Amino acid sequence: MDVHVRFHGALAQRADGPNRIEVALEDRATLPDLLDVVAERLPRVGRSIRDETGTVRPHVHLFVDGEPARGEAALARPLHPGAEVLVLPAVSGG
Amino acid sequence: MGDTLLMIGTRKGLWLARSNGDRARWEVDGPHLPGEEITATAIDTRRSTPRLLMGGFGWHWGPFLVRSDDLGGTWNDPEQRPVVFPEDTGEALHTVWQIVPDTSERDGVVWAGSEPSALWRSEDHGASFELVRGLWDNPDRPHWEPGGGGKALHTILPHPTDDHRMNVAMSTGGVYRTQDGGETWAPSNHGIAVDYMPEPPPPYGYCVHRVARDAGDPTHLMMQHHGGVYRSDDDGAYWSDVGAQLPADFGFPVVAHPHRSGTAYVFPVTYESRTPPQGRCAIYRTEDAGASWQECAKGLPEEPYHAGVLRDAMCTDDHDTAGVYVGTRDGHVFASSDEGEHWTTVARHLPDVLSVRAAAIS
Repeated sequence: MDVHVRFHGALAQRADGPNRIEVALEDRATLPDLLDVVAERLPRVGRSIRDETGTVRPHVHLFVDGEPARGEAALARPLHPGAEVLVLPAVSGG
Repeated sequence: MGDTLLMIGTRKGLWLARSNGDRARWEVDGPHLPGEEITATAIDTRRSTPRLLMGGFGWHWGPFLVRSDDLGGTWNDPEQRPVVFPEDTGEALHTVWQIVPDTSERDGVVWAGSEPSALWRSEDHGASFELVRGLWDNPDRPHWEPGGGGKALHTILPHPTDDHRMNVAMSTGGVYRTQDGGETWAPSNHGIAVDYMPEPPPPYGYCVHRVARDAGDPTHLMMQHHGGVYRSDDDGAYWSDVGAQLPADFGFPVVAHPHRSGTAYVFPVTYESRTPPQGRCAIYRTEDAGASWQECAKGLPEEPYHAGVLRDAMCTDDHDTAGVYVGTRDGHVFASSDEGEHWTTVARHLPDVLSVRAAAIS
């Protein structure tokens, strides 16, 4: 199945990467599976989203079809064909 | 005398200042990596064109260690992270707090200190680093606690001639020494007085803010502790208090003169507020390893001044007549081209300064 991924402009700029990509995944693949592909294809983008333990950085927000995806249940939920995944910075900083 | 380059790492990006021979007039350029916290800077002068390195982190997108081989014209953020905690540690890098190019005899070797507290060694001029397992596996590590700046290894002092010896320091944890090339490490904090641990204090837990190695005798060290300025004449085996003559013995940085034995600089602040005593902006210099101290304030602001200086925000350059540089928490950067006698202002109104490094460049 194909999944659409859009990255916030600040992330694309920081990681010298694209604003959006299409990713082909196995059926019932999850967000961590998707992020593994992102990290392999775009290492700078991947490491900006997750640290080396695989944990999503605390000030990065993921959305699937407009719904926030945080916590174990959301990460374990299978994606569906055509899903739209958004990677955004949290409203934080100082 | 050639030009001088000064790296100024701040909480919101890096600035570069460059001066011709007189080190009195500076051209300031920046920010580079705007908005990122630059927690460590280094100038590796062992290369024909010095390599600039900087480490830090972004609030959203995490840590980085980047380098420039054209004096800041462009920055290389490698695809593969230079500093990565091995999977079995279960840890993730928060930031790099220290980058230290080793001696010319150890070409290519660069050291890094990180948060969480760990020591890293590179043999390829900082392109990639490997965790120093001997220190990571030290049995004291579970007892190391974060200070105000985080649980970080912030001081790295390779021995200039003996590959087997090295001192590091962390907050908290204290000074640790190896005498077997990093295989084993032992705490080395004897003589430091503390009022924040029970008697007798454990061998770890000391809030060492910075340690500097003497230019003339590598067994002589100076330390700025959480409270107290100390000196060791035996490579850190024992520490003696030498801060009694200072207006305050609290502070963060201590810097050794690059050539002259016994000369070092501190920036005292009060224990209560971490600001200069009586609101007087002043660097203090010793020329006799702490037996006496002289105020060095000519050219510094004379009006009341209430900004402190963080541990990595003071440095010297490598000119024969050493330059001394100080960056403050209110974004001032001051420079002395005559070893602290007179000061000029390099920059003002920058974000708070976390790290400065200076070197002669051709």
